[in-house]
Amino acid sequence: MRVAPGLPSVSLTVKLMRELTAVLLLAALAGCAAPTPWVKPYEREHFADPIMSFNRDPVSSTYLQHVFETREGARGATGSVGGGCGCN
Amino acid sequence: MQLTGEARGAHTRCAARLSPFTRTLVTLCAIAAPALGGVLPEDRADVLWHLYKGGDITIQGPSVLVRKKVGDNLSLSANYYEDMISSASIDVKLSASPYHETRRQESLGADYLHGKSTYSVGFITSKEPDYKANTSYFAVSQDMFGDLTTVTLGYRRGWDRVFRDIKTPQGVLENDPTFHQRADHRGYSLSLSQVLTRNAILGFNYELLTDQGYLANPYRKIRYLSPGQGAGFTLADQVYPNTRTSHAASLQLKYFLPYRAALTGQYRFFRDTWGILAHTAEVDYTHPVWKHWIFDGSLRYYRQGAADFYSDLFPRANYQNFMARDRELAAFRSYTVGAGASWQFAMPGVPSLGKNSINVRVDHLLVDYSDFRNALLASTYGAGNEPLYKLDANVFQVFVSIWF
Repeated sequence: MRVAPGLPSVSLTVKLMRELTAVLLLAALAGCAAPTPWVKPYEREHFADPIMSFNRDPVSSTYLQHVFETREGARGATGSVGGGCGCN
Repeated sequence: MQLTGEARGAHTRCAARLSPFTRTLVTLCAIAAPALGGVLPEDRADVLWHLYKGGDITIQGPSVLVRKKVGDNLSLSANYYEDMISSASIDVKLSASPYHETRRQESLGADYLHGKSTYSVGFITSKEPDYKANTSYFAVSQDMFGDLTTVTLGYRRGWDRVFRDIKTPQGVLENDPTFHQRADHRGYSLSLSQVLTRNAILGFNYELLTDQGYLANPYRKIRYLSPGQGAGFTLADQVYPNTRTSHAASLQLKYFLPYRAALTGQYRFFRDTWGILAHTAEVDYTHPVWKHWIFDGSLRYYRQGAADFYSDLFPRANYQNFMARDRELAAFRSYTVGAGASWQFAMPGVPSLGKNSINVRVDHLLVDYSDFRNALLASTYGAGNEPLYKLDANVFQVFVSIWF
């Protein structure tokens, strides 16, 4: 069988597709398995420190968010739920 | 909008102290937490006094937030918040009259922990003489992948009633009987908290918000050119679209520094169907010193483009179908510098109140408008040639926190 220069043969294409399918299957199987936690529980001491909280003082951060939200056009994605207005 | 509730950071609920004994307890707490599944917020009460002063507006009032566990799986929270407003802002001076009013907001919330899932519900109600708002929300949070990842899905719904106050011949303010509007809001959110390394944690938030109804401020006006008349412009009612949909996505990265301090970098992208495109960037630094003090410093930068239907000065009356001059819809840059101090102490003679704090925070806000002019100076400079408006404001907070 003649093959155009620079193009892989049919058998090579089939082989590549089989390998690709195998890789995809392995990746899918790996996705099903729960990943091993790479930070062990005994290595998480720093996350228990209050200074590492995203919201250490909710009463203060919610107030400050309110100050910004009533003066700016942007809103949302602050990780908090909102309500009310106070805009007039 | 007043925000309530709190972001759910993973593995951050256990208290830490500097002493070796407490550090050991904290480590044990961190080890035990995954076995127990999720963690409910700590029992805590906060009493805050806030003061905003700038642009001839003074807003102050209290906020009280109490959170208490009931049994092992349920945590309840309640918040009372008040704004006492005294306003003679540039908008008020141009198209209305100075006013004083009070806004009161109450909220109730519950978090129920089941295994590694936390279910949160809440209701918020806000009342001021010319605006009443009710909001309910629901969220589900799930710890996964060895508790390195927390995913939260949220939904909220709001129902607002909008009124307009008018002054009677006797000089009393009351609702205009011919003006009663409604606005509905819905919000959908996705949050992710991911432990990256033993020193770094990443937060991601996405929120889609939609509004329908009366979305304008009924007191503010647009202005259009009218050469030869008065100051060279005439005021007219704003006309807003009745719908708005916005998308916001934010990333937060928090890093624990080797000498016990925390550095946080944040970025938020925002855009909506009104044509507003905004970027927010913030850096926060937290530094505990000595045994009982924690100091905070922050820098925030915000930039937004104007809404498609915003103009400081329209060429003529009825120039287009939607017209607004609310400065929240103008193009501007905003810079905020903040600093805070927290002193932690034990209540003398009350062993159950071993952790308390007194906190002070000050933020200075500078807003630099690119296309909102000081129309009060039109008679001096001519309409459309007035200096651009700048807002300088200070925000003060003092609060006491008690863990019980």
